[in-house]
Amino acid sequence: MAKITLTPTKIPTLRLEAENISPDIFAGKSKEEIAQLHVFVGKESQALGDYFEIAGETGSTAADTTIVINGDVSRVKYIGMKMTAGEVVINGDADMYVGAWMTGGKINANGSVDAFSGLGMTGGELTIKGNAGNYLGAAYRGDWRGMQGGTIRVSGNAGSDIGTFMRGGTIIIGGNVDVHVGTHMEGGTIIVQGDAKSRVGGQMVKGDIYVFGDIEVMMPGFQYRKDVDIEVDGTEGSFALYEGDMGERHGKKKGETIYGKLYMKY
Amino acid sequence: MTDYIIRNGFVYDPVLGINGDIMDVAVRDGKIVDAGDLTKATEIDASGMTVMAGGVDIHAHVAGPKVNVGRNFRPEDKLFRGVAGSGVKRMEAGFSVPTVIRTGYLYARMGFGFAMEAAMPPLYARHTHEEMVDTPIIDQGALPVFGNNWFVLEYIKENEVENTAAYIAWLLAQTKGYGVKCVNPGGTESWGWGMNCETVDDVVPYFDVTPRQIVDGLIAANEMLGLPHCMHVHGNSLGEPGNYGVTLDTLKIAEGHKPNNEFGRESVLHHTHLQFHCYGGESYASKSFESKSKEVMDYVNSTDNITFDLGVVTLDETTTMTADGPFEFHLSHMNNLKWANTDVELETAAGIVPFIYNPKTFIAGAQWAIGLELGLMVKDPMKAYITTDAPNAGPLMRYPRVYKWLMSAKAREDMLDNTLKYGDSIRDRCYIGELDREISLYELAMMTRAGPAKTLGLSHMFGSLKAGLEGDIAVYPYNPESDTDDPEKIEYAFGNCNTLLKGGELIIKEGEVVSNGKQKRTFWVNAKTNENPVVERDISEKFKRYYTVTQNNYTVEGHHYLPNPYVIEVDATK
Repeated sequence: MAKITLTPTKIPTLRLEAENISPDIFAGKSKEEIAQLHVFVGKESQALGDYFEIAGETGSTAADTTIVINGDVSRVKYIGMKMTAGEVVINGDADMYVGAWMTGGKINANGSVDAFSGLGMTGGELTIKGNAGNYLGAAYRGDWRGMQGGTIRVSGNAGSDIGTFMRGGTIIIGGNVDVHVGTHMEGGTIIVQGDAKSRVGGQMVKGDIYVFGDIEVMMPGFQYRKDVDIEVDGTEGSFALYEGDMGERHGKKKGETIYGKLYMKY
Repeated sequence: MTDYIIRNGFVYDPVLGINGDIMDVAVRDGKIVDAGDLTKATEIDASGMTVMAGGVDIHAHVAGPKVNVGRNFRPEDKLFRGVAGSGVKRMEAGFSVPTVIRTGYLYARMGFGFAMEAAMPPLYARHTHEEMVDTPIIDQGALPVFGNNWFVLEYIKENEVENTAAYIAWLLAQTKGYGVKCVNPGGTESWGWGMNCETVDDVVPYFDVTPRQIVDGLIAANEMLGLPHCMHVHGNSLGEPGNYGVTLDTLKIAEGHKPNNEFGRESVLHHTHLQFHCYGGESYASKSFESKSKEVMDYVNSTDNITFDLGVVTLDETTTMTADGPFEFHLSHMNNLKWANTDVELETAAGIVPFIYNPKTFIAGAQWAIGLELGLMVKDPMKAYITTDAPNAGPLMRYPRVYKWLMSAKAREDMLDNTLKYGDSIRDRCYIGELDREISLYELAMMTRAGPAKTLGLSHMFGSLKAGLEGDIAVYPYNPESDTDDPEKIEYAFGNCNTLLKGGELIIKEGEVVSNGKQKRTFWVNAKTNENPVVERDISEKFKRYYTVTQNNYTVEGHHYLPNPYVIEVDATK
């Protein structure tokens, strides 16, 4: 796999919109061509090469291309947006929309990422060693199609509104999460290994949420069903199974009503 | 002003009976003139291309509070669909609920010169006008809604046609409206009581009046005033399986009414988006649902005072919006997507719901078929106008795709065989498979400009290339002799006109927008009536007792909201 390295050379005055930092766009291009790709700074279009030193080479296809970003890109948005294959490694913190709408490939963020990362993603792996911001794996503003496939794994904490309108895939948070988890969820799995605050599974129709720690305030629309002994992401344990959100519509399968499932670890 | 002569195009003009003749078309001082009368003019070469008068859209939702709520609550409709401005072009964005700028450019690229906003809530007329003023290039007008208006319901209950007419004239002047629109007559008001009017004989609670009376009374009042456009109805039970009987009942109300106007209009009733009203069966399932387009068209073809537009479903993700509040409520419970709703005091209500017409479902394919069937079954294309009820059945930008389906049996077969999952059951439950008619360019010109212009009472300005008419001319990159091999060429050509002259001004040059138009006009109808103290008293009383605004804050002040009005004067004092 060919490796191309981007090293930030200056901190942008406004945040960079760099949706061109993606294996799909880099593949088959020379360093010079990559340096000429545009980034938006406010309403102005500038060159990627104005902000990064570019070394190494790209593969002929996205799948053969690894992009390594060495340095702080906490003012650079849209890294790996819509990528279909290949790999992006971010050795530093990144701004919003990391891996948004990605359909395949891998992103390894070794720092933290800001809000809207993994937004509407349908496939691939997004791994975050630090913390994630709000709206992780959620739907774009107004849309009812959130994360639909793939895996997001965060070692640290995540913000609020994660997995809003989630329809598929898996989100695993090693630490704690803020309010609103899996709001309007219609499928997929969210695993919170730390604590959650409140409004977990509000207006949830379908899907699974696991919380290993405490939920500070439980939604009133969930009903306790039974205790189950299961293995979740390599952790065995006894969980209390709740179903909900009772205030929401629910479909039927083979005559049985399908609810969203909320598992709380004992 | 620059004069233009468009040379050697294949010209189609059903008003003049020109059917593809190669000839020149000329414009002087913004008006069409005989090509021989021009000596010095800028020449535009249209050889190998199709030339028609500018298009006229009789029904689209492109301005006003509903459209704007759609824009506000669907930011995802704009996602990745923006184009930055360049040259004279301003930024445009959106798909089913585009920005006003894109709306203007879309119409221009499709070769249109005039569009009628199909539903203006009178109380929010100011907003509608503000949006229309900001929509570049095209001339526009708007139809205020009357079918659930308390004044109208009360006058019609007492059979007071004269008072209804006086009120209509007053409201048109107050809102700078163009004609009489009637959406789900009585049903939207009933919904305020948790009910609906599902047939023409359901009684509206409290007002004690039926849709039949409302439609009949509004037609009578419309003809008493002699307005340029006829009564424009969206019937009861839109979208309900088995609704075709209600549609026939609605259409038959036109029997016994005669057109009375000085504009050459022959229709007394225009039924809009007829596709949504031609359903048989009891459910949306393929074993029950069926097309009743033939039954409805047999009737329409036997009359001479009814026109309609198609409302073809284009199988897209779109945004539905209508003053039929109860319908939108039901729709939101069918697809479980977001729903916005509004009640407009004494006048109307509205709902907005995103909707996906999924070609993988039977029902969306059947709806697609029914819309096309109506266009293919009409005997006189001057009665049938091509619309998508934009954006309800499909986005505005899909008009050229609808032309393709109407003009090419091959394109329809391809849809039934390859795109629609239930093509066979759609052939079975609808008439589409039996229809091999292909709409000609001559007929297309009837269905997109000559016909709608006539029914809007605007044939003295639009719809033809007759000398003296407005200099609205579209040149499409379509060669009727050599481009017949591939239906995709139809869709491309009619969405990307090569040249557009609007009022004699060059708007599109070689496919590029080169001007935002300097003379955009808003049309409204000023109907003079005799003094009517009863109606004046009622208006004053309703404003005092019910409206949340005063009459002074209701009036659309012309100088501010219509900087460039075009007033059609009607004298109804006789």
